[in-house]
Amino acid sequence: MDKYILEHLEELESEAIYIIREVMADFDNPVILFSGGKDSIVLTHLAMKAFYPMNLPFPLVHIDTGHNFPETIEFRDNLVKEMGANLIVGSVQKSIDEGKAQEESGYNASRNRMQSITLLDCLEEHKVDAAMGGARRDEEKARAKERFFSHRDDFGQWDPKNQRPELWHLFNAKMNFGEQFRVFPLSNWTELDIWQYIAKEDIPLPSLYYSHKRKCIRRGNAILAYSDYLNLKPDEKVEEIQIRFRTIGDMTITGAVESNATEIEDIVNEVATTRVTERNSRADDARSEAAMEERKKEGYF
Amino acid sequence: MGKEQVGIEQNSELLRFVTAGSVDDGKSTLIGRLLFDSKTIHEDQLEAVAQTSKKRGLDHIDLSLLTDGLKDEREQGITIDVAYRYFSTPKRKFIIADCPGHIQYTRNMVTGASTANLALLLIDARKGVIEQTKRHAFLSSLLQIPHIVLCVNKMDLVDYSEEVFNQIVSDFKNFAVKLETKDIRFIPISALEGDNIVDRSKNMSWYNGSTLLDQLETIHIGSDANLIDCRFPVQTVIRPHKKEFHDHRSYAGRVEGGIFKKGDKVMVMPSGLESTIKAIHAYKEELKEAFPPMSVSIELEDDIDVGRGDMIVRLNNQPNQSQELDVMLCWMNDRPMPLRGKFGIRQTTRNVRCAIQEILYRVDVNTLHREEDVNQLQMNDIARVKIRTTAPLLWDSYSKNRNTGSIILVDEQTNETVAAGMII
Repeated sequence: MDKYILEHLEELESEAIYIIREVMADFDNPVILFSGGKDSIVLTHLAMKAFYPMNLPFPLVHIDTGHNFPETIEFRDNLVKEMGANLIVGSVQKSIDEGKAQEESGYNASRNRMQSITLLDCLEEHKVDAAMGGARRDEEKARAKERFFSHRDDFGQWDPKNQRPELWHLFNAKMNFGEQFRVFPLSNWTELDIWQYIAKEDIPLPSLYYSHKRKCIRRGNAILAYSDYLNLKPDEKVEEIQIRFRTIGDMTITGAVESNATEIEDIVNEVATTRVTERNSRADDARSEAAMEERKKEGYF
Repeated sequence: MGKEQVGIEQNSELLRFVTAGSVDDGKSTLIGRLLFDSKTIHEDQLEAVAQTSKKRGLDHIDLSLLTDGLKDEREQGITIDVAYRYFSTPKRKFIIADCPGHIQYTRNMVTGASTANLALLLIDARKGVIEQTKRHAFLSSLLQIPHIVLCVNKMDLVDYSEEVFNQIVSDFKNFAVKLETKDIRFIPISALEGDNIVDRSKNMSWYNGSTLLDQLETIHIGSDANLIDCRFPVQTVIRPHKKEFHDHRSYAGRVEGGIFKKGDKVMVMPSGLESTIKAIHAYKEELKEAFPPMSVSIELEDDIDVGRGDMIVRLNNQPNQSQELDVMLCWMNDRPMPLRGKFGIRQTTRNVRCAIQEILYRVDVNTLHREEDVNQLQMNDIARVKIRTTAPLLWDSYSKNRNTGSIILVDEQTNETVAAGMII
């Protein structure tokens, strides 16, 4: 290998740091959308590296559905304390109480879709002009065409047919008052890149990602964590299974996988050899072929 | 080449390539095949594609469906925008900028090509070198992509004929003398049947070269970046205002050219002030040297005024500094570009304003002929123009450095990115 060439994780890291620094320079009030999932944790880690030895110059925005895993909230609070970062919490429960969002009913009820409403309200309230997210283009086909700098109109909506061309690394951050950007510094990363990077940098993660015993139910092909928020069907029974989570979202929709991977190396190997995509275990994407795209148009991450 | 080995393989390089072809020349199938054969496709994705294939009454799994993106496209059956795909082998990780082949989408090819090290162009063996092939090759050359791999596809439909392949190679070479790209390779393939993609074709024993994947894995990209002319556009200043780092002041940016070393004598442009590199920081580490495309922060010995848009360069090797630029421009907006139009211009970390002074000529991308007396540019036009900026820019010619020689133009009313340019 040549001396003056970066290996792929170094190049991806450098690209992400470059973009995060551009966000800092181009916007007045940028934030990081922090879900407590591995991608937003890696993003936060990169943002810290980009400005070291400064404190993290972006507040973390967490949209709390009220259905989060307790482990996620605990991890979030510890991280915020450790980094001396600011935390802004948008509450879906509050949106429901105020009548802005309507709770779904039935066995597959989830608060996932309502997040968009709370998110947009929260960004507006805090006059956020750029919200960085950990979304990756390899996650889902609607994301394959997403830009690094994704322009949103004053309703927070994405117009996939009218995206700005994005050339070299020259980003156009111009917008009208009231509009905003979503920025995705991890666009070019794959799930495997994320895990390799977590291993390389030794980044702490919520315990949910590692193998543990948990009370679960099996529904169709999915294994869901048992919780008070889940409406059980008559024939469903709670059992204890050795599992871990590949993605972390609401307790009601995040599917687990059976796994004995207790160390990061186990997970890297598991991800490298697995034959289904990580979002396969997400009930929210399975709703229809264009589910993610529809939610993105509405203002979802 | 199983994905099994990828998990432990971290020291691989990144190759970014752009794919272009005409409608129906099998580009989506080729990409689908690369993803499939490199085991990047997961079972649930394959299942979805198999279901859709069945719904459409196909008797095979249509691999091209793997790369269909947005709903509108799926409904219309065409690709309307650049899509990015990812796959990896134990040797390299690949980022594909998948560009639609339609005539009206030159802008997409330019977009996808802007960050590519390699262009993978497809030709239908039955049709040979056509206008679109020439256009894609010209754009690849214009964007200074260092390597072109020309895949002659659908060889199965011409009986795997060596003569057909040789004729296409010879036709293309005749045209390619007008291009600047030096490294051009030719491979006969069948994306549908998998000939010469990952495994050598048993149907073309006359072909002695290596397979497409082998070329993608081994093509030398180490010398693609400019390692001679040191360029460091400053993105932002790092000042912690913390007790323990009280005196820390460094300049954050990405190395866009050359190799910076601790102790180097440098100049800050445009001020012209001189100093020495005291330290190169990457997070908590101090580096001896930094090269493209590393994101670092540079600390100088002297306390001089440096801010965003300034450029740190080696003392005896400076970029051009001027308000007049000669640019090859690709117009990317529905609304035509008027002569003497005024725009925002973005180059490295600088944002200034500019006016189009003169359109010298427009290039016919099919014949490469120059058309003069042009008063406005339409979407997808490529033209050489003279630009005057409101403040001096620090630039190199695009052929010398793709990072410091590229610009975009922004419409000041709509905020849209309306053009991309390469400084001559």
